[in-house]
Amino acid sequence: MKIVVASGKGGTGKTTVSANLAYALARRGGVTLVDCDVEEPNLHLFFPGESEEKGVPVPVPAIDPERCTLCGECGHFCRYGALTVLKDRVLFFAELCHSCGGCLLVCPSGAVTEVGREVGVVNTSHPLPGLTLVSGVMHEGEVLAPKVVAAAKEAAGEEGRIVYDASPGVACPVIETLEGSDFCILVTESTPFGLHDLDLAVRAAAALGVPAGVVINRSDGEDETALTFCSEHDLPVLMTIPFDRGVAAVQNRGGLIARDLPGWEERFAELWVEVARRCEVRA
Amino acid sequence: MIVCITAKGEGAEAAVEPRFGRAPYFIFADTDAGTFVSVKNELVDAAGGVGPRSAQVLVDHGATVLLTGQLGGNAATALKAAGIKVYSFGNAATVAQALEDYTQGDLSEIL
Repeated sequence: MKIVVASGKGGTGKTTVSANLAYALARRGGVTLVDCDVEEPNLHLFFPGESEEKGVPVPVPAIDPERCTLCGECGHFCRYGALTVLKDRVLFFAELCHSCGGCLLVCPSGAVTEVGREVGVVNTSHPLPGLTLVSGVMHEGEVLAPKVVAAAKEAAGEEGRIVYDASPGVACPVIETLEGSDFCILVTESTPFGLHDLDLAVRAAAALGVPAGVVINRSDGEDETALTFCSEHDLPVLMTIPFDRGVAAVQNRGGLIARDLPGWEERFAELWVEVARRCEVRA
Repeated sequence: MIVCITAKGEGAEAAVEPRFGRAPYFIFADTDAGTFVSVKNELVDAAGGVGPRSAQVLVDHGATVLLTGQLGGNAATALKAAGIKVYSFGNAATVAQALEDYTQGDLSEIL
């Protein structure tokens, strides 16, 4: 079963939920945790350990100056500005290239071939018994986050329990993360901003046909607006994490509440059971 | 010689535009013939890569000099590789004024 932990906005507690859920599952038969927030991966901070690194290459054009007639077709086709055709050569801006392969198709003289270029890496580690952590890390200045997300998902495989930690927002990398998943846990807080962004995330999941449920984080016990939103959108509230000193103290020192506070490991295990039950209802 | 000036509108009397890649118009002045050709910039609202793509427009029109306000890194790389000299139009308010200042040698080279 593959589930995504997402949130409309950053800082709502998405990583908290992913890390604690993975900790509880690691102690109950194993889990693969995939950090798909490739621009700012941080799950490895909760689970340090030796990792194995693998590059993520994407195809980019290489131009054969012998064959190129400087006709300009590739430069006019490229909407990302990666190719500029000068009087005597073609200039290539690698970091602007989206690897669409269009330049290869439009070149009338067969001067374009594709070569691999590394835009990120995927790190795989086994920091705890029962836990495999796969982190996608995009190189600085790169734009192809979805390619790194896809490579991280591929490295994690299809077997067993898989938890994908998505990046904040609902942009392309999140869509790539949601694609092919069985369920989406949306983490939110009961604030106007939180709900506005939750609304966007709910629509993204619905558009991809992924069923969703909500975890309310930093609850002050007055969650009427969030609860109303959830009932209006037919979203189950799967868990509520209170805003209290004990929880905050563990979080502040980078700890896991499932490991450091009594009762929470069980609560996260129950969260998984609840999600699994809902996936079966759908199937 | 073809000189390109970034502008907010069409023609020699248009106000200059300090941005390069997102300038609404590129005015190509043929200094030998004394003519001005105004080209609408299709990239004003493009998502990205406007610097090199605008440089491509200049190459296609045969410009060897650019008068503008400021440049991004990729635009600078492309213009430099294309051998196009770039000058800041300083205090000039219109396209004609910027061209006049350039021919008088009053503009400072920024690339």
